[in-house]
Parts: sequence; structure tokens; C-alpha cells
Amino acid sequence: MPGEDLQVLADKELAARRNLKYRVSVCTAAGCLSSNGGPIKDALAKAVADRNLGDAVRVAGTGCLGLCHAGPLVHVETGDSQQSWLYLRVKPDDVERIATEHLAAGRPVESLLSTPDAPFFKKQYKIVLENAGRIDPERIEDYIAVGGYKALYRAITEKTQQEVINVVTASGLRGRGGGGYPTGLKWSTVFKSKGSRKFVICNADEGDPGAFMDRSVLEGDPHRVLEGMALAAYAVGADQGYIYVRGEYPLAINRLKTAIKQAERLEILGNRIFDSAFNFRIDLRIGAGAFVCGEETALISSVEGHRGAPRPRPPYPAQSGLWGQPTLINNVETFANVPAILAKGAGWFASIGTEKSKGTKVFALAGKIAHTGLIEVPMGMTLREIIFEVGGGVPNGGKFKAAQTGGPSGGCVPAEHLDLPVDYESLAGVGSIMGSGGLIVMDDTSCMVDVAKFFMEFCRDESCGKCVPCRAGTVQMHNLLLKITEGTATLGDLALLEKLSDLLKSTSLCGLGQTAPNPVLSTLRYFRDEYMAHIRDRKCPAGVCKFGGDVGSQGGVQGARGLEVRA
Amino acid sequence: MTVNVLTPAPQTSDKRYKMLDAAMKRHQYQPDSLLEVLHAAQGLWGYLEDDLLVYVGHVLKVPLSRVYGVATFYNFFSLRPPGEHTCVVCMGTACYVKGSAEILRALEKAHGVKAGETTADGKLSVLTARCLGACGLAPAVVFDGEVGGRMTPQSTQERTKQWSRFDAR
Repeated sequence: MPGEDLQVLADKELAARRNLKYRVSVCTAAGCLSSNGGPIKDALAKAVADRNLGDAVRVAGTGCLGLCHAGPLVHVETGDSQQSWLYLRVKPDDVERIATEHLAAGRPVESLLSTPDAPFFKKQYKIVLENAGRIDPERIEDYIAVGGYKALYRAITEKTQQEVINVVTASGLRGRGGGGYPTGLKWSTVFKSKGSRKFVICNADEGDPGAFMDRSVLEGDPHRVLEGMALAAYAVGADQGYIYVRGEYPLAINRLKTAIKQAERLEILGNRIFDSAFNFRIDLRIGAGAFVCGEETALISSVEGHRGAPRPRPPYPAQSGLWGQPTLINNVETFANVPAILAKGAGWFASIGTEKSKGTKVFALAGKIAHTGLIEVPMGMTLREIIFEVGGGVPNGGKFKAAQTGGPSGGCVPAEHLDLPVDYESLAGVGSIMGSGGLIVMDDTSCMVDVAKFFMEFCRDESCGKCVPCRAGTVQMHNLLLKITEGTATLGDLALLEKLSDLLKSTSLCGLGQTAPNPVLSTLRYFRDEYMAHIRDRKCPAGVCKFGGDVGSQGGVQGARGLEVRA
Repeated sequence: MTVNVLTPAPQTSDKRYKMLDAAMKRHQYQPDSLLEVLHAAQGLWGYLEDDLLVYVGHVLKVPLSRVYGVATFYNFFSLRPPGEHTCVVCMGTACYVKGSAEILRALEKAHGVKAGETTADGKLSVLTARCLGACGLAPAVVFDGEVGGRMTPQSTQERTKQWSRFDAR
């Protein structure tokens, strides 16, 4: 497709929108679908049709609007996007009222509306999620209308590969999968590596329990990720891309399939993109429920059709990755940042955030917090602001105890560090990690030893079994934690636990084993007294662990991360 | 497992084999498409029986050891048929801190199975999931594909009781 057509398409779409009175977006991401969002969308569409408003009102399903606890959500916007309203907890009975009073008569139903100046909205800064919930993810025209694929067009026609890399480097963008490796540096390494072919892989194997940022981006704005990948491919000189997406995300898979097909139809993906010499194709690879596949070498192994076992690095995938060729692997959120950086400039992006961590971060808030859902905040916001202002604090008068970040590789941040600015270095400084963005709040009814046991059990089950420290170490550590929570442990067991933590950290092959002790180490650091209470007094301060009597299913989570279980 | 590796291609009128063949053809019988093909097979049969693994290995020219290795490595693949109904308890962190372990414990006790097992009458499989991403509805339980939010041990059992012959144990 010639580049001018992009503008023509955008103008046409915007003109069509201006003719509409309202655009109604019903959140059909997994969270709202589970709370009845699907039937609400159908009912609204029917109500609009019944009133012959079909020409003036367009009803569409969109990606995550963020406020998952108040679902199903319905977002209403005027055709020219000048005004918008957000309806919370819409019940089937409310549909008629919204249709009659608001869509037909133009009087918003005040009692169901959210307050737009609440800190939940005001404190957020959206880059990655700027389109989520505002565009129909199943229409490429919607994405193009808001300026989509323009950055790709301008990069291909106006910039050299090195110039694109320079912009990304200057923006200070770092890997959003958790490691925080400078993205520009990674791109530059792949660019310089020699190979007969190069590959770009998008890591969408979002395995951390309690994290659903990537899924929301893929479900809400799939084209953004495709554009980011295409920009990366152009910069490093790749002609083939893969998106490795979790099999547990059927909706994200379908939306990606649709998006790829649409982009191919408009020749934004494929051969001779925008009449240049640049070719790029994207294929999907569906994961099959293995946490370790989030590790890049394991992921490559899985894309090649093998078991997802990691291999030692170096050589890094940037030098020798997929089929031995230079391979760029970035996370969904990293790719989703790229189009905005190219469109608005490195300086703009670098002005957001802290000195070493630029831009924004998407967090999935969950656990004992009022506003569970998806947020995007500038780097450097304090945990207190995130949890108590944006997140609405701990509900039901509970007392904040700790925030868990980084999933099974991360740690717990206690109340004393609530004023910590959230960036890569600060979180690492207190023994946790930024991670991919899951933020789980715990109150005084959560036992920290039990939480450590929960994560260790996860790592034990997900260890691929290739290296001994991880395979055997996670089992031993879990057994020790089990003893502590059953009240049969000694102080010697605690010492052994600490020794094993050190061993796993320094001798495991890949990130899974190296970081598996983190939840134990961080809870030991801040909540040692709870461990002591379990061991010395055989007491669980939070009242979670049961001693002696009914211990029930201590095997706990045995099978799958997904919906199927290994036989 | 005991399988006859000499006669892989099944002489059957089962249409699903035709659909599996089409899936393999789409990937040009590349050995690296093994995962995709197993996904397709599980989608058609619901689980991966031994004959199927042999067949896939034979067509893709992948050793059976590797097919079996891959099929058992990934949690998503199942080598046993699932129960008539499934009840999946989410054990993600958010659900866990809100009490999903209690739900699972109660379910296991009530139906006399462990997580990952199917009741003797084949009616109900009790499974666990790592995270459904429905953290806003924690604790979440999936009944035959339909997500139920903010569940309790009682409300969960009310649903499963309808499926399984529920004898007081």
C-alpha cells in the first residue's frame, strides 16, 4: 500500500465517526466478559437497533478499560470524541435506560456514571494503553484513524535503520518483561550481528500468576504490537517475526490472527511494505502452558518445536537465537511503546519517568485492593500513590501488609517502603523486582510464609528439570516451607532454607531457578518474625496455617497453569 | 505406554484424522510445527491418546521420544480423557490470597479426588489453573468454560453437585 493511502483511510474513518452521534464501547476483555459483558454488548446493540439509531450510534466490543472490579464497563463517546462517559457495573436492566435516556435523548444516566476526576483516572498516564477501550480492536481502520502505522511509514520512508535504533536508544526505553535491559542496546546488537536471516520474536508468554497486562494490550490494541514489531524488524534487518502467545489467552490469539490478516490485506505486513524493499511477515506460535518458556532461550526452543528447556548464555539470542540466527526478543509492552516513541520523539518519552527508568509502566492491580484492574502510571510514582490513591487502598478496613511485585521471581515490599518510587533500581534495592507488572496487595490476613510457600510450589512445578539446583532445590525448599507452615520445623531447617536460597541463586542455569528464592529471601528479610512465630511458637500470626490438625491438600496446585492438566 | 509403532497410520473412517492431516499440511509437515500440530490434535480429540502421538511423530518424521517428551512437558496437553464436566479453580496469586486454596480443599474433599483427577464415574474433573487473568473477580472458578467470580467453597460446591453424583462421604 502506498503511504498516502494510509492518510486517506484515516481521514475516511474520522469523517465517518464525525457523522455518528455516539460511539459506544463495551469492554469485552476477559475480566468484563466474566462478569457478563458479552450479553450487555448484545443487548445494547439490540436496543440501538430497536430505536432505529443504527446510523447514529455504533456499538463495539473493545479491550480492557482498566476498572475490572467495576465491570461490566460501558464507555460512551461523542462522534467527534469531544465528550465521553463511563458507565460502571452495568446490569441487563440498565441497558434500556442507557439506550432511552442517553443514546436516544442525550441525557446521561448520572447514577451509573463514574467520576472522571477520581485519582484512578487522574493519576494515570497512558502510552501503551492509550487506545485500549477506545478503539475496536477488530478493525484496523480504527487503529489507523488514531494515527496507527504512521510511525512505521515514516520510519521506512524517512529514516535509516541506524536512525530508528538511535531514537529508541535515546528514549531510554528498557525491557518491560521485567529484566529492564536497555531496548536500544539490544536492537543495536542484533543489527550488528551477522546472519543469513534475522528474526524478531514477541514474548507474549505472560506466565506470572496475577499478571494480565500483556493480555489486555493484545486484546485491546493488537495492531500496536504488530507495528512495534515491524519497526523493530526494519531497524534490525529481520524479515520474519513470531508472536509466542499463551494458549490460555484464546481471545488474544483470535484478535491477533484477525489483526495480522487485516494488516496483510492492506499490505502493511508482507512483501515490499509501503513500496520499499522491506519485507516482514508475522506468524503466531501458541504456547502450551510452561512458565519457563518466558525465559528467552526456552522460548526459542519452544518455537522450534521442542520442549521448553533453556540453554546457557552466551551466546545470547541477539547473536545466535532462533535456528542459530540473530534474534531480537522483546516483551509485548516493550513493542507497544515503540510506535509512540517513533511518533512523538525520544525527547518526549525521556521526559517521563525517573533518571534511569523512562516512560510508564502498566500494572495489574490485584489482591486486597479496592480497584482491582489495569493501570498505567509514570515510572517513579510511589507505591503509596499507586496503592492508596490509584488503587483505592485496602478494602473492608484491612491493614496493608505488603505488596508483591514480580511474581514468582519477585519479592514483597513491606509498609515501611511504601514511599519508594517505583522504578527498576529502587525495587531491586529493597529485594524485589519490577517484573512484568503484576502487583498484588496483601493485608494482615495473609501469612507471608504461606505466600513464600505458594510461590515456591509454583517454581517447583514449573522447573523444567534440566539443571539440578533448580529441579532438586525447589523441591527441597518447598518441603522446608511446608514443614514451617505445619509447625514441625526447627531453626536448623530455617538455616538450611537460607543456604539453599543462596545455592539456587548462584548456580541455577536460567532465570527461573536463579530468582526462585526471591520470595523466600524477601519475606525472610522483612517478616522474619512470622517465620520465627511458626517455628518457635507453632503459631501463624495471620491465622492461615493450620497446625497438626486438618492440613488438607498440601499437594496444592499439581497440574496445570492452563485449563488442561498433564496426565 | 505400550504402542504398536509399526502401524502408525490408522485405517479408520474417523474424519478427525483428515482434519489433523490438513493441519499438518498447512505447516508443510515441518518437524518444528510439532507443538502446533499437537494443539490441533488436542482440539479435535480433547486429549492426546497414544496412537495419535505415534501417528503425528510418523507423519512429521519426529522420533516418538520427542513427541512424547513435548506432549508431557507442556501442561496444556493431556494424555487422559477429561471428565464430562470440568471445574477449574484458579490458583493465581490474587485468587490464592483471597482463599482459592480453601475452595480447592473443599472440592477435593467433597468429591474424593485430588486436583488434576477425574471422579470415578467420569462425571467431573477437578483442575487448577495458574492464572485466568480474571484477578478482578478473585477468587475465580471456571465451570465448563464459564467463569464464576467471587466464589466461596459453598457456592462452588452448589455448582459441582449438580453434575456429579454427590454422595455424602
